Amino acid sequence: MKGNFIDNLPKVYGIYTGGFIGFIIIMAIAEQMGMTAKAIGIAFVAFTVFIYALIGWLSRTAQADAYYVAGRQVPTVFNGMATAADWMSGASFVAMAGGIYFKGYGYMALLVGWTGGYVLVASLLAPYLRKFGCYTVPDFIGTRYGGNLARFSAVVVLTVASFTYVTAQINATGTIASVALDIPFQYAVYIGLISILLCSMLGGMRGVTWTQVAQYIVLIIAYLLPVFWISNKMGAGFFPHFMLADEVARIGELEQQFGFVKNAAADLKTVPKGLAGITKAHSAVNATPWAFISLALAMMMGTASLPHVMMRYFTTPSVKAARKSVGWSLFFIFLLYSSAPMLATLSKLSLIDPNLPTGIIGKSIAEVQAIDWYQNWNQANLMFVSDFNGNGTLELNEFFMGGKAVVLATPEIAGLPYVISGLVAAGGMAAAMSTADGLILAIANAISHDVYYKIIDPKAETAKRLLVARVLLVVIGFAGATIAAMEIQGILGSVIWAFDFAMSGLFFPLVLGVWWKRANRQGAIAGMLGGLAAGTWYLVWVRTGGSGFLGITQLTFGIFGSAVSFVLMVVVSLMTAEPDKATQKMVDDVRVPSGKTILGKSH
Amino acid sequence: MSNQQKHWEKTRSLLFITLAIWFVFSIGIFLFGAEMNEVTGPFGYPWTYWFTCQGSLGAFVILIFWFANRQEKIDEEFGFSEREDE
Repeated sequence: MKGNFIDNLPKVYGIYTGGFIGFIIIMAIAEQMGMTAKAIGIAFVAFTVFIYALIGWLSRTAQADAYYVAGRQVPTVFNGMATAADWMSGASFVAMAGGIYFKGYGYMALLVGWTGGYVLVASLLAPYLRKFGCYTVPDFIGTRYGGNLARFSAVVVLTVASFTYVTAQINATGTIASVALDIPFQYAVYIGLISILLCSMLGGMRGVTWTQVAQYIVLIIAYLLPVFWISNKMGAGFFPHFMLADEVARIGELEQQFGFVKNAAADLKTVPKGLAGITKAHSAVNATPWAFISLALAMMMGTASLPHVMMRYFTTPSVKAARKSVGWSLFFIFLLYSSAPMLATLSKLSLIDPNLPTGIIGKSIAEVQAIDWYQNWNQANLMFVSDFNGNGTLELNEFFMGGKAVVLATPEIAGLPYVISGLVAAGGMAAAMSTADGLILAIANAISHDVYYKIIDPKAETAKRLLVARVLLVVIGFAGATIAAMEIQGILGSVIWAFDFAMSGLFFPLVLGVWWKRANRQGAIAGMLGGLAAGTWYLVWVRTGGSGFLGITQLTFGIFGSAVSFVLMVVVSLMTAEPDKATQKMVDDVRVPSGKTILGKSH
Repeated sequence: MSNQQKHWEKTRSLLFITLAIWFVFSIGIFLFGAEMNEVTGPFGYPWTYWFTCQGSLGAFVILIFWFANRQEKIDEEFGFSEREDE
């Protein structure tokens, strides 16, 4: 191949995509020839992880700007793909369709929140932070407001939010690895971790960027192919996004027909932990406007405060490219997010419609218990039926499923070949790994660049800085895996908390740093630490039986935290002296896209 | 007013327009979620349901590209666009 790597990107990833599709076809043929389901699962996960590790090794580097910001030469569209993979975690891939399946409209606030936040990223922050030329988010805070305390406060908020998030991702990697490779979860977590570190350790941001692009391609094929296939197979139409209105209406009809029967508490106790029945309407509005809007708003402001997303826009070649790149990111995210409700619809209908051959509601309990896929997923603790009313027939309220099963089990229920289930496992693994990589790198970079290099040892040589960065990467990864192995909080819960933590401490200090010249160091420190403390207090208070106020729940505590942060920041800034002339000039320079970055190319 | 101030003024009004549109699709319409869901919308889905699945999400994608193009025009107008070799 002629020319440098960047010029050849479309060709390289084109060949890669072709190769991956070829691999799927080979596996499909192997399945016909008698390859076992287990072997296919192992082949999918092992093959894809091997490719990522290879990319990670090829991207190894010894330069600071390649390690921290991929040399600032990632083209717009590819950065969009990498951001989409960085963004869409195990929660988006495995848990989102399940959430929509069980909770309907109230849950779909997350869809709106996790996409709408990108408008804030594009208009309020990304281009300005790119112009700033920082390596990390605390780098911006530390230079804009000045002083080690401001920098350190930003590192604290970043670490709390990202670490909460990363344990969930390592947990998801472990879950998928343990199912696909058929090994105990406690070991699978560490296999997942090693795969994650292989991508990021040698190449830093450069390695993570090019593996994330590869991971996006795997995860989007793995998500869309089954959705289109199932839709077609069910006779619902070849393009589900435009053609499922009848199916949505049919679910409404069936809900009316079956009714939502409430189970007795004693009956519910016999249901395995983590499984749920269908208790909410599929497409009806089942949440108050404030419940919906507050959750969406918290996720949007959280999106604009999460450092692992923001730092992806530090890697584009220009400010202009950073803006466009946000649009591409959201486009690639949209492809998956708009498909999740379709998958939830198809999954639900295929299970509950008695007119479909796959429907189980209305069949006899014994008959359902004899179905192959029911036995498989019952064994995996993701499905459960019980004859509460003793009539021998399965009712809607007697069928329970885990949230993950919507994505993981639907292909099998719809009768797709096992190769698709193997593909879905590889997709889930890609989604969880890419996000975990971005997060671990965000934490390790913040600590190595902002705490070690900027505060502790400003004279450190590049080689030593990068060594520290890599050691931290491993330490943080292992800490995350150890906590993940304890399985304290569910995947989705901790992801939502991470958004709330991030918005509590970082949203206003970041936004006002660009948009309000009068914001000063004292105000920013008060805003970061006060906001984080207030949010954390609210979370603990509600978790320990507090009643909460204004309808703010443990999932939206960031609304309280960021409000406190905003008030503190404005009041303290106005009570103290305005920033000096040099800082004000710096803010003016950030607002102009052309010219040199504020911080040098290597700093 | 200096060139730079004028540029920032225009940039700021673009931000307000962008945020206003964002507000409509992320918050505004969901104030009337229950009422709107009674009406059949695009492709036969109920309106509110369609917005949460596709409508708002798609609107955000279009909004960001529109915003990026407008901002580029503003930068060009005041001579602040970046040269490719920078």
